[in-house]
Amino acid sequence: MLLLHYLRAMRGIVGRELWRFVQQRERFFSALVRPMIWLFVFAAGFKSALGIAIAPPYETYILYEVYITPGLLGMIQLFNGMQSSLSMVYDREMGSMRILLVSPLPRSFLLISKLLAGTAVSIVQCYVFLAIAWCYGIEPPVMGYLWLFPALVVSGLMLGSLGMLLSSFIKQLENFAGVMNFVIFPMFFMSSALYPLWKLQESNEWLARLAEYNPFTKNVELIRFALYGQLNIEALYYTVASLLLFLFVAIQGYNPSRGMMNKKKGR
Amino acid sequence: MGASGKAMIDSVALSVKGLSFSYGPQAALSGVGFDVQRGQCCILLGPNGAGKSTLFALITGLYHAREGRIALGGNEIKKSSFKALSQLGVVFQQSTLDLDLTIKQNLHYHAALHGISRKQAHNIIQQELERFEMFERLNEKIRHLNGGHRRRVEIARALLHKPSVLLLDEPTVGLDVPSRQAIVSYIHDLTKEQGLAVLWATHLIDEVYSTDQLVVLHHGKVKVTGTVSEVIEKVHAENLQDAFAHFTQKEVG
Repeated sequence: MLLLHYLRAMRGIVGRELWRFVQQRERFFSALVRPMIWLFVFAAGFKSALGIAIAPPYETYILYEVYITPGLLGMIQLFNGMQSSLSMVYDREMGSMRILLVSPLPRSFLLISKLLAGTAVSIVQCYVFLAIAWCYGIEPPVMGYLWLFPALVVSGLMLGSLGMLLSSFIKQLENFAGVMNFVIFPMFFMSSALYPLWKLQESNEWLARLAEYNPFTKNVELIRFALYGQLNIEALYYTVASLLLFLFVAIQGYNPSRGMMNKKKGR
Repeated sequence: MGASGKAMIDSVALSVKGLSFSYGPQAALSGVGFDVQRGQCCILLGPNGAGKSTLFALITGLYHAREGRIALGGNEIKKSSFKALSQLGVVFQQSTLDLDLTIKQNLHYHAALHGISRKQAHNIIQQELERFEMFERLNEKIRHLNGGHRRRVEIARALLHKPSVLLLDEPTVGLDVPSRQAIVSYIHDLTKEQGLAVLWATHLIDEVYSTDQLVVLHHGKVKVTGTVSEVIEKVHAENLQDAFAHFTQKEVG
């Protein structure tokens, strides 16, 4: 009976997030436009400037568009994770997070369900984007689409838990600009999303080092290999480890006894 | 403590004892204690900043106080939060509905959080909405409802899982007079018909019935408890307005 309660609650939380996503058309649209601009405009402009050598998982020379597609999938999930953290801050201020937290199931379960819900939304976005990319001529192997799914689940949960961690520290909505500057941009640019790490190494050893340890790089590599039917085990370990760490700290942040929310003056 | 102190323990739906809480060095609540019996409507009166919001945050388990205990139907919130929170329905001060979702979707979401099956939820939703004559608007988006109707949906939502305690945090703020009166009388009916215990935070004295219990909170402390008439008698005031002024102006600190 209790198990049924857990399942129903999780279905309710994920269902609500998907409904909200479908009904907020502007959000759906802008979530798709962002990676499309990178693919159609940025990648087109950089096509000739960047030569990509053969490196796993690719077996032939590839176009720049092909290279950045996994990075853009990562970007979709990064934005989504941060946006749902924004929505958690907003929800907390406006109260619908309180409706979630006042329900009887353990808080850690509610928060993990919330993460799953955000991840589900980001996966929908990723596959819609891939469908558009396919029309544009980016055609990974069919099996890749299948292998991609578990990779997107892990990476979505990891970025979501990072967002949740931030949401337990951020006090106000306005700080999203700060998240943009200090989290999204550095994570995205200091990663292998837009250029392979050896390219970065040629120009700046120190930056390349940072990028190597950036969890987002591991995210992107996990996605990149999965999309070509391969498993990058190191990237998987690193992503799962970051996921567990971020999740642990985030749940502490929402713990009623020890939470960061304790230190904040009520609304 | 007034007459409520002598009542039997098992009729106590909400019990707050020796509750203290502070934000850093600043004490928000100190030694707050009172009981709400089944079937009782208890009004929590206090000026802004008295600590009402903090008290609600603690009762809803948003955070835990280091000192004191809160029990819902005998279940302490820190120790058995599942049992305690299952008995609690809440209407927060600010609207917590999803504006872009329909009444139905909002209510089903809440039912799912409480583990109610969809079929069962559908029946309860129909029952609760029909009381407000709002069942036919089930598929309307919240965005298209006026403030009074949104509040009704929130009250229906708070009652979906048949709680024994209902918390209301200034639920009538910003509503027109007829909507306010409708909600005030509806809540009082619930306490009589269903034996629900209600804790109602407000600063609007005209919402208080003479039969209500009263807890006056000021500067994080309980200044007085008792029925409305007891409180008025205690300070030989003319009416509740004067009594309230007495407790919240004279005894500062």
